[in-house]
Amino acid sequence: MCSLSRAVITEFVFLCLSPEALVINDPDFQHEDLNFLSRSQRYEQAIRKSSLMVMKLREYGIADPEEIYWFKRTCLGNFIEPFGLHFSMFHKTIETQTTDAQKKKWLPLVRGVKIIGTYAQTEMGHGTHLRGLETTATYDPATQEFILNSPTVTSIKWWPGGLGKTSNHAIVLAQLYTQGQCKGLHAFIVPIRQLGTHEPLPGITVGDIGPKFGYDEMDNGYLKMDNFRIPRENMLMKYAQVEPDGTYVKPVSDKLTYGTMVFIRSLIVGDSARSLSRACTIAIRYSAVRHQSELKPGAPEPQILDYQTQQYKLFPLLATAYAFHFVGAYIKDTYHRISGDIHDGDLSELPELHALTAGLKAFTSWTANAGIEECRMACGGHGYSRCSGIPDIYVTFTPSCTYEGENTVMMLQTARFLVKSYNQVSSGQRVTGMVSYLNDLSRQRIQPQHVAGRTEAVRINDPVSLVEAYKARAARLVEAAAKNLQAELNHRKSKEDAWNRTSVDLVRASEAHCHYVIVKLFTAKLSEISNAAVCAVLTELCLLYALYGISRNAGDFLQAGILTDTQITQVNQRVKELLAVIRPNAVALVDSFDFHDVHLGSVLGRYDGNVYENMFEWAKKSPLNKTEVRKPYLVGLNDLWR
Amino acid sequence: MCSLSRAVITEFVFLCLSPEALVINDPDFQHEDLNFLSRSQRYEQAIRKSSLMVMKLREYGIADPEEIYWFKRTCLGNFIEPFGLHFSMFHKTIETQTTDAQKKKWLPLVRGVKIIGTYAQTEMGHGTHLRGLETTATYDPATQEFILNSPTVTSIKWWPGGLGKTSNHAIVLAQLYTQGQCKGLHAFIVPIRQLGTHEPLPGITVGDIGPKFGYDEMDNGYLKMDNFRIPRENMLMKYAQVEPDGTYVKPVSDKLTYGTMVFIRSLIVGDSARSLSRACTIAIRYSAVRHQSELKPGAPEPQILDYQTQQYKLFPLLATAYAFHFVGAYIKDTYHRISGDIHDGDLSELPELHALTAGLKAFTSWTANAGIEECRMACGGHGYSRCSGIPDIYVTFTPSCTYEGENTVMMLQTARFLVKSYNQVSSGQRVTGMVSYLNDLSRQRIQPQHVAGRTEAVRINDPVSLVEAYKARAARLVEAAAKNLQAELNHRKSKEDAWNRTSVDLVRASEAHCHYVIVKLFTAKLSEISNAAVCAVLTELCLLYALYGISRNAGDFLQAGILTDTQITQVNQRVKELLAVIRPNAVALVDSFDFHDVHLGSVLGRYDGNVYENMFEWAKKSPLNKTESVSLFHQSKQNCKSCHSGLY
Repeated sequence: MCSLSRAVITEFVFLCLSPEALVINDPDFQHEDLNFLSRSQRYEQAIRKSSLMVMKLREYGIADPEEIYWFKRTCLGNFIEPFGLHFSMFHKTIETQTTDAQKKKWLPLVRGVKIIGTYAQTEMGHGTHLRGLETTATYDPATQEFILNSPTVTSIKWWPGGLGKTSNHAIVLAQLYTQGQCKGLHAFIVPIRQLGTHEPLPGITVGDIGPKFGYDEMDNGYLKMDNFRIPRENMLMKYAQVEPDGTYVKPVSDKLTYGTMVFIRSLIVGDSARSLSRACTIAIRYSAVRHQSELKPGAPEPQILDYQTQQYKLFPLLATAYAFHFVGAYIKDTYHRISGDIHDGDLSELPELHALTAGLKAFTSWTANAGIEECRMACGGHGYSRCSGIPDIYVTFTPSCTYEGENTVMMLQTARFLVKSYNQVSSGQRVTGMVSYLNDLSRQRIQPQHVAGRTEAVRINDPVSLVEAYKARAARLVEAAAKNLQAELNHRKSKEDAWNRTSVDLVRASEAHCHYVIVKLFTAKLSEISNAAVCAVLTELCLLYALYGISRNAGDFLQAGILTDTQITQVNQRVKELLAVIRPNAVALVDSFDFHDVHLGSVLGRYDGNVYENMFEWAKKSPLNKTEVRKPYLVGLNDLWR
Repeated sequence: MCSLSRAVITEFVFLCLSPEALVINDPDFQHEDLNFLSRSQRYEQAIRKSSLMVMKLREYGIADPEEIYWFKRTCLGNFIEPFGLHFSMFHKTIETQTTDAQKKKWLPLVRGVKIIGTYAQTEMGHGTHLRGLETTATYDPATQEFILNSPTVTSIKWWPGGLGKTSNHAIVLAQLYTQGQCKGLHAFIVPIRQLGTHEPLPGITVGDIGPKFGYDEMDNGYLKMDNFRIPRENMLMKYAQVEPDGTYVKPVSDKLTYGTMVFIRSLIVGDSARSLSRACTIAIRYSAVRHQSELKPGAPEPQILDYQTQQYKLFPLLATAYAFHFVGAYIKDTYHRISGDIHDGDLSELPELHALTAGLKAFTSWTANAGIEECRMACGGHGYSRCSGIPDIYVTFTPSCTYEGENTVMMLQTARFLVKSYNQVSSGQRVTGMVSYLNDLSRQRIQPQHVAGRTEAVRINDPVSLVEAYKARAARLVEAAAKNLQAELNHRKSKEDAWNRTSVDLVRASEAHCHYVIVKLFTAKLSEISNAAVCAVLTELCLLYALYGISRNAGDFLQAGILTDTQITQVNQRVKELLAVIRPNAVALVDSFDFHDVHLGSVLGRYDGNVYENMFEWAKKSPLNKTESVSLFHQSKQNCKSCHSGLY
């Protein structure tokens, strides 16, 4: 069936062997199927597993927050833990934003998990717009303390993971008031529960925000503070400071916090790849197991993966999952490359990476989000059962679209950078990096035949040529948005209003830019793969990714004269051909993602394909089946038959 | 803020006052927030409410299955009940597929709810392809009984609602064997649990299939039968019959079952409208309550509904919800109009309605499905909380895409009708109804300039002209698919293979056809609205629906030469203008859907806009907050301490 083995692809594409072996067979990590537990039970289980995890990390000597993140995500799949923010944001913030004296006091407590912390930024009424946060920290020089208050309902801290029940400390973002003046947002370490008894401290109201779409294991919490006092030393003082008498000392630069945002958003790009890969693995394996209907009268029912419509749903997503893996790796590498520079004070590459990461975070998470549900529905009715595992993947992944920067806001951040770059080019400057295609726009204005001349040039079977097509589309949409923006500015006074009235165009421009970057990175990856057979399969996937994108956005390519009507028809035809070409390797391509059954958590996506027997066994364990005849049923019936 | 009041729109568009008053204040229907209950508790609650519902239906004298359906859906919102299939499929099947003698025996039991039944068709390994079902019913003339068997794991009945724990009877679809021959699928009434004790009968293995994405209240079940015997009279014998000696008597026509399918799919179109409307109501109301960021430096934070990107997410969905309401009403009316004919044996209009309903079921449910999630994410982080109500709307609605005909299969059914109609036109016949535009294709072949000539004709501010544009697009895509199919047939032997190799094109053609029908029905509706102000707002919505669709599918319109590059740019610009035009009426337009807070079940979508205080109150009731310092936390601390010192 498969012309390539999974091991070959895994080795040559992902350049690694799975580290899952570390914990996969560890009896400590075996657990009951979470689907059969109530939310409270799931929370309990998660606390138990988190505690075990801490031990394992120590055992293996893993301490760096990023390594911890990758260890957990790669090895434990979708495991959600109430301690999550302790190891990521709480640890990282204390490590990077404290003075040496503060480090000395807090880091041992954090690293030794003597205290458990979270990061409380978002408020009930405020997420995207940080300056709108209402929590106040007012300095009292008499006692050298900050007085923390949640003055309104909307100012209650809302959503932080592990805040409700688990944490005894939180880093709280609050508007700093000293000497009668507001100095803007600053971070404070706030104890919220008594060590030992774990009771909330006087002045603190804290709890769980209630059930959600997913994340049952997580006690996302609320925090309300009423005249709650903390020592002056609990303000994170590496950059800004408040002196004992209340004098405020300004920070040197506020650009540094961008680094953390870039880092977290780059992780989300990786998550998009991983979550979509999981869903594709389940849907494609199951589509090879499931037989239905007839392709030839009287012949046995074919695998549903042999239907063109099924391939059309799943193979472009498979190609997308591969593309996003490469994009995730690129951002991670770039981040590491330039974070050295940042450390040395060179911030020159940060704005582009920041802008690119924002857009790619949005692009990949939106695409993966819709794709996971496509995969679920491609499994037919059984996809809707929790035993498919896909509902869980979806509800765990979908917050990525709204947290750590709401996606539309992210797209507009990228757009801001694109418009700025466009304006630089317009005023005669040259731009570098991923936006350097904008430099060509001025040349085209001199040679108006250039665009039409390009039409013949696109070769639909050559990824490099398709990169050029995507580049031309991005250039056109950035230019269109920038011109519309200028037209609005010419008619109205306010910059903000003009921006708002062009924002639909700006988002489209950002999407086109991100799409270009992804096609470019996927194409670049092809030349790095040394195994010829693997490279051939990857080239097919890359072509499918690029051509499918053209087919779905044909209007853009036609309107700009990048492709002709005839070429669009050829593209549509070629997409169908590629589906058939990829079909023999489809299962090997998902097997190469190398998810173990335990972490895939799916009866439909089992590696051995033994779906139906196991579905029956799984169903028998349903809590509703614990008693043959349910008592409340009879009570209901008596009412009915009264 | 709003230039039109909700009452005016509700009255003139939906032509009704809400019947919800009947039950909205009924204390029997008050309940704890389901979000705080475990699945078993939700099932118990549902059984209790179902029982109450039966009482109420009797009280109000509602007996017709369709009326029951509308009563429940309109009045109780998303309420899911384990008895659901008893009142719909079980009742309807016994009413329509039994002999008079069978009716006399079973109908009083069904109507009086002396027995509770469900409809067991789908098997673990078989859904779409009915002929592939494996369950067997073998006739034994010696005892005049059928012997029912589930011969394999894949043959176990799987998914039927209420089968797991609630029902004591099921209509079972099985392959009939008599006199050594398989006679195909037939329906049988099978008792599965003992009346009184409710224990499964010997030979019956029955249970719940486990937790799902949603439908916590529903005990979707499995059923395995081992040499289980039922009397010959339990076969539904209105059409086909097995005589006491085992002689099989053929049915007259099997087209009649199409009627039920059309009926159920038309209900799903209505559900698409209603579920999307609910999500839009929540997202648009909340977007008027939520303030964020800055439009003017230093000014107060604006309502997020003032952001163009937010309008671009929500207003096309609002227009879609209105469009789907009109489509749902159209199919329902058409079904009723022709079901009289069907009853009189005139099946001539059935094939087109059947084909159209299949495609519209798929088109509307896919669109609503994605739209509900758009609405949720448009509420930002709070949309993810169960208190938003949207997760529940989504998980309850999303099975519509895969049940009662998987959507892609539905699209291909429509495509089959389109290709058939296209071939009729090609061979010189004329076709009628919604596909009559295909008649023009032959004319165009004679006048090749016709297509190009039409380019100037589209007026982007005139819905009637846009209907023509959608029509031209559908014609082009049907033709392209039919030609591709023919090309494959010219190259290969098998019809099935050619069909499969063209199926992506065929689905696109069906989508374009459905899209055309929807734009057409929305536009037709405009002329029926007598209030000028309401008509003006609805015309804006209709334009937005049509132009947004063009903008998102610009390639189709460009490639066929229906619109020029310049016109596409104008369309994009016009869409943005319409967002601003609709903004002042947006809240009134969702209020007009007239969902009461109790049935909307959303803190974010409250009619009074008092979101934040109520979110805090809601959260306090979270089960995790029942104890201040969770005891399990200490427990687990101890556990950990014993094995790993230092963590705490």
